[in-house]
Amino acid sequence: MDRKGDGKMELKRRDFLRVAALAAGGAAFLGRPADALASPDLSGWPDRAGMLTDLTECVGCRTCESACNAANGLPAPDVPFDEKSVFDRKRRPTASAYTVVNRYEAKGSANPVYRKVQCNHCEEPSCAAACPVRAYTKTPEGPVLYDKDVCFGCRYCMVACPFYAPAYDYESALEPRVVKCTMCHGRIRAGGIPACAGSCPVGAITFGKRKELLKIARDRIRRFPDRYVEQVYGEYEAGGTGWLYLSGVPFPQLDFPDNLPKKPIVENTKGFLSAVPLVFTLWPALLGLCYAANGNKEEKG
Amino acid sequence: MNDNTIAKAETYPARIAGKLTMGMPLSEYARGLVTPFNVVCAVILSVGLPLIGLRFLRGLATVTHASNEYPWSILLGWGLFSGVPLSATGYVMATAVYIFGFRKYHPLVRLGVLTGFMGYLFAVIYLLIDIGRPWRIYYPMAVSYGPTSVLFLVAWHVSTYLTVQLLEFSPAILEWLNARRTRKWAILITVAMTIAGVILSTLHQSALGALFLMAPGKLHPLWYSAFIPVFFFISSIYAGLCMVIAVSTVASKYLKDKADESFLGSLDGLTVGLGKAACVGMFVYFTLRIIGVAHEDQWALLSTRYGGWFLVEVLLFVLVPFLVLTAGVKRGSARIVRFGAFHALAGVILTRLNISILMFNWNLPGHFQAIVPPLREVFIVLSIIVLHILIFRWILNRMPVLREDPAYPDSH
Repeated sequence: MDRKGDGKMELKRRDFLRVAALAAGGAAFLGRPADALASPDLSGWPDRAGMLTDLTECVGCRTCESACNAANGLPAPDVPFDEKSVFDRKRRPTASAYTVVNRYEAKGSANPVYRKVQCNHCEEPSCAAACPVRAYTKTPEGPVLYDKDVCFGCRYCMVACPFYAPAYDYESALEPRVVKCTMCHGRIRAGGIPACAGSCPVGAITFGKRKELLKIARDRIRRFPDRYVEQVYGEYEAGGTGWLYLSGVPFPQLDFPDNLPKKPIVENTKGFLSAVPLVFTLWPALLGLCYAANGNKEEKG
Repeated sequence: MNDNTIAKAETYPARIAGKLTMGMPLSEYARGLVTPFNVVCAVILSVGLPLIGLRFLRGLATVTHASNEYPWSILLGWGLFSGVPLSATGYVMATAVYIFGFRKYHPLVRLGVLTGFMGYLFAVIYLLIDIGRPWRIYYPMAVSYGPTSVLFLVAWHVSTYLTVQLLEFSPAILEWLNARRTRKWAILITVAMTIAGVILSTLHQSALGALFLMAPGKLHPLWYSAFIPVFFFISSIYAGLCMVIAVSTVASKYLKDKADESFLGSLDGLTVGLGKAACVGMFVYFTLRIIGVAHEDQWALLSTRYGGWFLVEVLLFVLVPFLVLTAGVKRGSARIVRFGAFHALAGVILTRLNISILMFNWNLPGHFQAIVPPLREVFIVLSIIVLHILIFRWILNRMPVLREDPAYPDSH
């Protein structure tokens, strides 16, 4: 009987603590997901898709831009897609263009090098980890998708993206969205391939399973060591990306960030987030002790 | 008898009107409003408020320098990242008095809590102008949870701490309204609210720094540090202490008639005491910043152009104000301590602007042109600052903050 009573007390006390923690601001559910959600184990999705862009193949025809524009029903561009003058300045994806191609006069290359820019669909996307309303999803198929229905426009995803991929609708007063490449998720699910890959006239973009693409990329480097620098950009950058690149000139010359950690960027905040439950439990105890100690002091004094 | 009933019949509306006009007839009150300071405020507001309207008609692009590369402009760099550490006043003062038992600082507690509450309230106002769909601001709390996000933590903590601070300040409001019974309840929860306040402050002050842990490639390596949450937390402590010195200095100068003897008489002594505490915080912070450079072995970077700027921040705006404060404390001079406090506050603002704007995307071409705010945005910020000051003054004029209400002798 006694033991049973004790057990009940124990349970009640635990319940009380849990309620207290919740009341203090949701510690229980702030602490837990730091480990559970921050780092989804992607080994369960072995067939996730990726894209391999071979920059040595790209001729800067901008067919991919045009195909992307049509496939996603985006507004017509200010400058037509066959106009080469756009290469005079460096562009980036905007609210009305999911992808752009830039031209580089690279050192050690006789011809200009063209680089296609779009969302890289990270393996563990920083945008998704940064979003306070979970507007981003890494789909099992590979693409990282954005949901405008929960987004409130804080733009932290744009701060967190190491590749400057998401663009924002700054012109829209009341319904701005974050805009970025979807890797044509709908087409992939229907068994098709992304519009840019399908339209490329020189086969510079290969769509496939990421692990297969890595094999292809390494194989090309092995077979043509003079043609490529020995790096598959995207294999490890920021924990790896769905979009992989091969290049004939060093990647930093093409404005690829070369200062990124190899581990997913969200790892950098894990330590901080796991300290949260500690503060929630240790502070009341320590401060309560301080308060009690001072109360005694005053009574004595 | 008759007079009494008439007086009673008039009581309620007259009392409300009297509370709002501080007991003056309306015409006299209105005349009193025409001062040079108020005229300047009115001019700024007449430009800034329509610009805020423009943001909701034509989008952020028309009023801010925010762009796809620089998503956060001075609206947040100033309003959130600089405003929140300067609002650490509430938790530092309440903790000192109610938890650590430094009773003699009691005359400054309400001012500290009010400064904190107003600071957070206005941080949220800057946020409401900046975010794309402000009516969804409660989404992280009620609609869709993103617990892996440091910003999710900030959203939860800032909103709950805002509530906590309102409760902490509520005795002053209730005394002003003469709600004796409710006030008793409000007093009872003081210690619990103070502890809740420290927890929430520790976490979101540091979380504001932790936000930038997600931008390792973008923030200059001298400012990017694994210690950034600790830097933000420690600097918020001395920022709060110095802000109490600054606000009480200004209030004692311009609102002398609203303060009582226990406030005015003790202020110099308390200022020196606060300065002493700030010294400790600044020393810890300065040491940590240096250890930060050593920890990531970035000594070589100090000789670059950005390294020079880093030294300006850490030496001229942390070490020098620390020395000024120390000198003030040693000599017991409230005047020198005040100089040091204002200088230290400038340093806190500089650090936060460095991290959120000046050193963010430092390696992008055209960086310095990209971060210059347009005049429109400057006017929006100025007009929110003006509103902040006006509402602050409105409260100080009416509620027992700088003074004890004689009807509530137990409040201090």
